[in-house]
Amino acid sequence: MEGFPILSAIILAPLIAVVILLFVQERMIALIRTIAVVSTSISLILSFYLLFAYDKALGGYQFIEKIEWVKSLGISYHLGVDGISVAMLVLTSIVIFTGVFVSWVGIKHRIKEHYIFLLLLVAGVFGVFASLDMLFFFLFYELAVIPMYPLIGIWGSANREYATMKLTLYLSLGALFALLGLLSIYFTSGAQTGVYTFDMLAISQLSFDSGYQIKVFLPLLIGFGVLVPLAPFHSWSPIGHAAAPSAVSMLHAGVLMKLGAYGIIRAMWLVPEGAQFWMPWVAGFALINIFYGGMVAMGRKDMKFMIGYSSSSHMGYVLLGLATVNYIGVNGAVLLMFAHGIMTALAFSLIGFVYDQAHTRMMYDFSGLAKKLPFVAVAFAIMAFASSGLPGLANFVAELMVFIGAFKEYPIHAIVAVFGIIVTATYMLRSIRDVFFREPQDKWDHLKDATTFVERLPFVILIIVLMVVGFYPSILVDLINTGVVPLVDKVNASTLG
Amino acid sequence: MNIWALLILPLASAVIITLLTRKNKDLSSYISIGAVVACFAIVAPYILKMFGDPHMHPEEQAFIWLDIPGLMVEIGTLIDPLSIVMLTVVTFVGSLIHIYSRGYMHGEEGFSRFFACLSLFIFAMIGIVISNNFIMTFIFWELVGLASYLLIGYYYQKPSAADAAKKAFIVNRVGDFGFVLGIIVIFYATGTVNFAEVARHIAAGEVSNGTLGLASLLIFCGAVGKSAQFPLHVWLPDAMEGPTPVSALIHAATMVAAGVYMLARTGFLFAAAPAGAMEVIAYTGGITALMAALLAFGQTDIKRIIAYSTLSSLGYMVMAVGVGGTNAGMFYLMTHAFFKALLFLGAGSVIHACHTNDIWEMGKLYPKLKITAVTFILGSLAMMGIFPFSGFWSKDEVLTSAFTSGHTLLFIMGVFTAFLTAVFMTKLLIVTFFGEKRYHGHPHESPSLMTIPLIILSIFAVIAGVVGIPGVEPSFGDFMPSFGEGHGEHHFNYFVAVTSTIAVFIGIFVGWLIYSKKAIDNKQLAANWSGLYAALVNRFYIDHFYDTVLVKGIYNQIARISNYIEVYIIINFIINGSAYLTRQTGKALRLTISGQLQHYALAMVGGVLVIMMMYVIL
Repeated sequence: MEGFPILSAIILAPLIAVVILLFVQERMIALIRTIAVVSTSISLILSFYLLFAYDKALGGYQFIEKIEWVKSLGISYHLGVDGISVAMLVLTSIVIFTGVFVSWVGIKHRIKEHYIFLLLLVAGVFGVFASLDMLFFFLFYELAVIPMYPLIGIWGSANREYATMKLTLYLSLGALFALLGLLSIYFTSGAQTGVYTFDMLAISQLSFDSGYQIKVFLPLLIGFGVLVPLAPFHSWSPIGHAAAPSAVSMLHAGVLMKLGAYGIIRAMWLVPEGAQFWMPWVAGFALINIFYGGMVAMGRKDMKFMIGYSSSSHMGYVLLGLATVNYIGVNGAVLLMFAHGIMTALAFSLIGFVYDQAHTRMMYDFSGLAKKLPFVAVAFAIMAFASSGLPGLANFVAELMVFIGAFKEYPIHAIVAVFGIIVTATYMLRSIRDVFFREPQDKWDHLKDATTFVERLPFVILIIVLMVVGFYPSILVDLINTGVVPLVDKVNASTLG
Repeated sequence: MNIWALLILPLASAVIITLLTRKNKDLSSYISIGAVVACFAIVAPYILKMFGDPHMHPEEQAFIWLDIPGLMVEIGTLIDPLSIVMLTVVTFVGSLIHIYSRGYMHGEEGFSRFFACLSLFIFAMIGIVISNNFIMTFIFWELVGLASYLLIGYYYQKPSAADAAKKAFIVNRVGDFGFVLGIIVIFYATGTVNFAEVARHIAAGEVSNGTLGLASLLIFCGAVGKSAQFPLHVWLPDAMEGPTPVSALIHAATMVAAGVYMLARTGFLFAAAPAGAMEVIAYTGGITALMAALLAFGQTDIKRIIAYSTLSSLGYMVMAVGVGGTNAGMFYLMTHAFFKALLFLGAGSVIHACHTNDIWEMGKLYPKLKITAVTFILGSLAMMGIFPFSGFWSKDEVLTSAFTSGHTLLFIMGVFTAFLTAVFMTKLLIVTFFGEKRYHGHPHESPSLMTIPLIILSIFAVIAGVVGIPGVEPSFGDFMPSFGEGHGEHHFNYFVAVTSTIAVFIGIFVGWLIYSKKAIDNKQLAANWSGLYAALVNRFYIDHFYDTVLVKGIYNQIARISNYIEVYIIINFIINGSAYLTRQTGKALRLTISGQLQHYALAMVGGVLVIMMMYVIL
């Protein structure tokens, strides 16, 4: 596949599908679904190809494509991936592929529009992970965020207007901060070298004055931090999950939140001394995410809210891992971004599956569902144990690496973080007990288990991914490591210079 | 190569049953039984090899599981006499219990699920035993926890079983909290997690005393959870919600002993740790042993009584490790696996016949259940530690270790525990199998699928002590890794043996007086000591304390306060408040844009006047 623009193909597959869908009639449901499945499987296959074709021995940015766009302003369509972004592309393609099937089951009206927005969103996400140009990075970021508004507003459940408005305001505010930071870097680097460019590869070669780096890292951190979500800017996220339809929740928690962490990784790469300065703060806020998020999750009765707060708790581990700025911690953080993305996609797809039939997500409304829904029960238990960091499932390795990495830099933080595994296990096992164990009730006799191929496929894929990475983490870690080592070296070298 | 089959076979069995043969109950059980028996067949040649060469060189195989700069983790196997002894216990007792389960679980709805979980358990347990490093141990440590969770919650529709499963997992997590930190401390102190490498670094004196003490206590936390030591013992009695074969295999013979095995495996750490750390371990074990023996009196459920005796035995083992008698602890672990599995399976046979767990609804079962009763009595005698049953030799080793290491208080506690054990085991025997008839229906002996394992286990419960008899070569101590000064010690101490034997016989006599001769009225006794009796029935209020103070009082309150902050302060006050403020400001400003020309003109004139006045004043 030499010379084939593989990254562009990954991004364009969903976009072309959007264009085709515009010309398809609303009532041709089978065709609409087929187009969605085909386009996302193209992205899926290509990103898996990247996983194996990426030369780990060589490292660095590969599969580079560059087309000058606005030469006078230094804007170019510039794509390229390192180990970290390949892992994120694989994550995104798995989540959207399974998400298409989840919507197949769950979305009953305005199917065409739903898929159009979903595919637009995912094209944006692919674009962010593949971009090496700051302006395109930002444009793709916006492309990923904006479709959330109609997706929740139209297909959402209770309280959707409030939720979608809040989400959009937060994300736009975050984007504004990020844009300020990126533009500042653009102008400062231009003034420094005389060549104005949005090219991240070129900018990463420069060294800025350390006072400036510290100043500019803050808006980037806040901007991307809102998306993570970094406490106390997190409250848009759980309610966004709760109101969103299943596939949107899957993408939101599985992928969009990772955009925030990925943005912070990029910021670390561009302004390493700024990262050095702010990382102890990030570690502190990460701890709030972990502990406070976990405790709020424990008090929640609505399953989606529980998983929503649990996500912000788990993203705290990601932030803590990044804040360590050592190989073990950052590798753990990136692997956890992947693992949590898969696990949380599984969580929201399962909860959605039950909610679409039962029209409630309150744990106290249920009991004994395992009898009636054995497949869903097993899948839910696997998700819950993955979330609790059970070995054999992907999250464990990632969390362990974060703990080990964090212990070296922030031992007290690490102890609190390890305590978090008790908290997670408590609310996850409570939810299994409340919803799936205990006596079955007659009123839930009408619920149906996932039996058809289309219903089971997304669950099965996500579980297999969790297990494969859990059993043999090197399959991803070896790849991620090629991206982490230069990043960590760069940030650490900055203090010496 | 065939070592890896020990992991692959049971895992494959669990996967095949889950995915393919679930519908076919017989086939599922045969696959599961076949896997564990095959594991025993793989272990058997190693047992012979070990007897031929007690000081065999450890065999280590490994492949890299995770490798990033600064952290390399292997999945590896370490085959030495210590792991061979444990493998023998796990696969041999495991095989018998699998076979027994085919009879016991007959007709259950989740029959195939049960065998899939058993295979998963065997997989995880073997993983702990053959592991060559801390992280791999932890991985399988968690997986046995999962298997235990699934099997305790086997009757998941029963709320008590659902609660017990959750409790077991979370209480173990509390122990794991320390275990994980301990592993990390060791990793940073030595730069590796491999047992042999860590031992080498410690032996070379590269690790400071303080770090060793901290690491050993943190690692010990893991054992406190898994081996149900005080104060994390609360999950084990509740774990009896699982089917009886599970109680025998997981919650008596193997998994709960994994903590002790892990202490033996990482003995290099504990041998080098400061004395203070070892005292903590020894007294934790001693207190657990004594407390559990007392609590056994408050119970009327046959499985729970045996469960408390298991707690007490685990305390014995941990105490042995704590006073430096790792050999004694492991020896006790082995004999305990036989007689305790026997007692649980015997109890299962009784429950199978009577359809109740309450010993006061049994009585005079001996004529009806001869095989069960005889094997049960043999197991009880071994448990009490009567010469020449296996338990005598192993208990003697434990008490001797305590005595000769100068821990007189622990020795007295141990002897007193032996006395209490003799009393309640005598009570259990008399009330269940003798005395007046209190059962309903027509109990009859269990099928041979269940009695044959009982008979085989009873043989081992009687004779397994032979490897630990002083003077017999090769002896158990030769197999065990020796650390520090306690070098393959084998000192038979007549004082210890005689003291403990006297204590046991007094115990049996007291039990006989109360429950058979009825010279002392047990109801009167309970009434006279009502406070103590209530405390015993309520498990010294420890569960109560955890539940009301720690969980409901603190843990849930933090969750509630966090939610309050989240909902009322962050969302409603700050966020929606600022939204409200913005909206109100907008409304107020809207008044200025009325669309009426006169208003604008007025505002303009007003503005001009203000500016003029400012000029005048300034």
